[in-house]
Amino acid sequence: MWSLGNITHSIDAWLNESFNPALALLIEFVIVGTMAIELFAVLGLVLVFMERKVSAYMQIRVGPNRVGPKGMFQTFADTIKLLLKEGLTPSGSDKFLFNLAPVIAIIAAMLLLAPIAFAKDFQMWDLNIGVLYVSAISSVAVISILMAGWSSNNKYSLLGAMRSGAQIVSYELSAGLSILAIVVLVGSLKMTDIVASQETGWWLFKGHIPALIAFATFIIAATAETNRAPFDLAEAESELTAGFHTEYSGMRFALFFLAEYVNIFIVCAIGATLFLGGWMPFHIGQWEAFNHVMDFIPSSLWFFGKTFFLIFLIMWFRWTFPRLRIDQLLNLEWKYLLPISMFNLLLATAIAIFGWHF
Amino acid sequence: MLEEVSAIDQGDMIINIGPQHPSTHGVLQLVVTLNGETIKKVEPHLGFIHRSIEKMCESLTYRQFIYVTSRMDYLSSHINNHGCALCVEKGMQIEIPERAKVIRVLMDELTRIASHELWWGAMAMDLGAFTPFFLSFRERETITDIMEDTCGARLTMNYIVPGGVMVDLHPDFQRKVKAFIKLFREKADQYNELVTGNIIFQSRMKNVGVLSKEDAISYGCTGPTARGSGVNCDIRKLYPYEIYDQLKFDEVIETGCDSFSRYLVRVKEMYQSISIIEQLIDNIPEGDFQAKTKAVLKLPKGEFYTRVETARGELGVYIVSEGATTPYRIKFRSPGFSNLSALNHMAKGGKIGDLVAMMGTLDLVIPDIDR
Repeated sequence: MWSLGNITHSIDAWLNESFNPALALLIEFVIVGTMAIELFAVLGLVLVFMERKVSAYMQIRVGPNRVGPKGMFQTFADTIKLLLKEGLTPSGSDKFLFNLAPVIAIIAAMLLLAPIAFAKDFQMWDLNIGVLYVSAISSVAVISILMAGWSSNNKYSLLGAMRSGAQIVSYELSAGLSILAIVVLVGSLKMTDIVASQETGWWLFKGHIPALIAFATFIIAATAETNRAPFDLAEAESELTAGFHTEYSGMRFALFFLAEYVNIFIVCAIGATLFLGGWMPFHIGQWEAFNHVMDFIPSSLWFFGKTFFLIFLIMWFRWTFPRLRIDQLLNLEWKYLLPISMFNLLLATAIAIFGWHF
Repeated sequence: MLEEVSAIDQGDMIINIGPQHPSTHGVLQLVVTLNGETIKKVEPHLGFIHRSIEKMCESLTYRQFIYVTSRMDYLSSHINNHGCALCVEKGMQIEIPERAKVIRVLMDELTRIASHELWWGAMAMDLGAFTPFFLSFRERETITDIMEDTCGARLTMNYIVPGGVMVDLHPDFQRKVKAFIKLFREKADQYNELVTGNIIFQSRMKNVGVLSKEDAISYGCTGPTARGSGVNCDIRKLYPYEIYDQLKFDEVIETGCDSFSRYLVRVKEMYQSISIIEQLIDNIPEGDFQAKTKAVLKLPKGEFYTRVETARGELGVYIVSEGATTPYRIKFRSPGFSNLSALNHMAKGGKIGDLVAMMGTLDLVIPDIDR
């Protein structure tokens, strides 16, 4: 079967033939790095446009429709505007931290792209602790938010940052536990193993009730971790004007904005990999003919299709629900989600030990 | 000032919400003393949009000053005009024709629905849900169109004048109002499902911003704010004007005393207003739309007071006349001012998110408070 892996393997082979191994590796790093940055930019453009169109559809509006066909180049225009805008630094702020915060946000988001399997044999870094790496790096994002809120010397920013700190630290737990439920079933933290284990069916379908519970918990926790409504307390427009990025303008604000959207993409990609089989086509047990037909759809399409479905789900939440209050948010995590996901992990372990899953 | 200094010493934070803030819905400044996220004190600072309307009215004739009152509570401008017209008519002892009375009531109730529709969207937006805002504006738009047909304006409407109404109804009026009633009945239940039944919405509103019946009375709250606390205060029932005593409608009273009951009162009031419009729309009597009045109105020497029920509560119009063509003194008793004064009492001990929700349920219109 044709796959992106063929291209990457042939490039790798050609580079190793032409240059000495060290130089070949260096060139590969440059290529991968460039592609990561490009992916980053494209994701930002696509997701912002998608959000605006989805919200417009839900709010009986048209959405952007002036720049380019159906307003497709609106985000380009916005980006150019943001690049040309003056980046103000408030006089009372901690200038070093204030400038560092958006960079950390974007670096954390970028690092998270590494272990994601975009298609068959198409992955930047297939490290053996893939899932652990993701949950470790995603906690770094909170540092940038706290830093931004603290260094801005603005009370709204500070409140937003404190809320965000409490929120992300709490929801990290149930996100981690729901990921662990799948890891227990697979028996490996490696992304390729997780995807390969779903060849006979996605974990959402063959993992019984624990997988369903874990999926629901994961979606809630993912929404909370990316600071999206109904958990957008860090920004909370009607309460804190813009929360932690009140004082940011121009490209620094754009970096936060971009990091937010890429983070959404990443959590949805992780969710798609763990629960919906990543790039694995839709397979049903022993139905050879059906599975074979499904294999003809390119694996990258499967991956992006699933990821964008989850992204749409998260956008749907945002434009439907009102926002929770901070104490209700923490109650939800510590009183409901955390006990449920702990119990769920036990259940998943039992199922894995006794081999009850399909 | 001393108080503020001591508050800082205890490690509290003072934060200025407004005058430029998305949820104050106007130029209202709230100086909030916080302990972490918990509110210790809310101090509203007014005056940013004070235009001295009362003083302006004193130099305008009895026909002219009514137009200025549309700029007070711009969401219920017809009802403001109505209150002023009633006061002048009381002084001049003008009997207005039946047709004008019915038209006035129809306009009042349409205004009330439009105002509550806007409030409903803004309320949901205060709680972080953006979509209801756009949905409610779709319905409000149909009312605004009707208003535009009738009196030419979409926001600061001037239609009710001493002696009746300014011009006769637009020929399309009945058809458009019926179309609106149909649309409203179709959509309102969907909206209730989207917002009222939402569990996050209910948990944000219930047992938040409690204002007991006694407190509501002592702060002088009126309108839906007081009726949410179980106070019987609908002017249309207590001191009926025009033809309200002949109409069948209920005074909506909720006894929950919290934000949610204030919310419910407004939502149910929309249904009551719709039923009033339904009773009248096919029974608009024929006849004059304006009584014959003198070209120059001169109120006899004395004091005159009337009150009407606006979308936000009781609007009192008090005119002192020296017998001249302009009033000697005019005072408006605006509902928003008294309702706002209860905010500090309600907000104590709540979170910032609650404060925003409470301001939403008070339905503040700042030009009405400042005048």
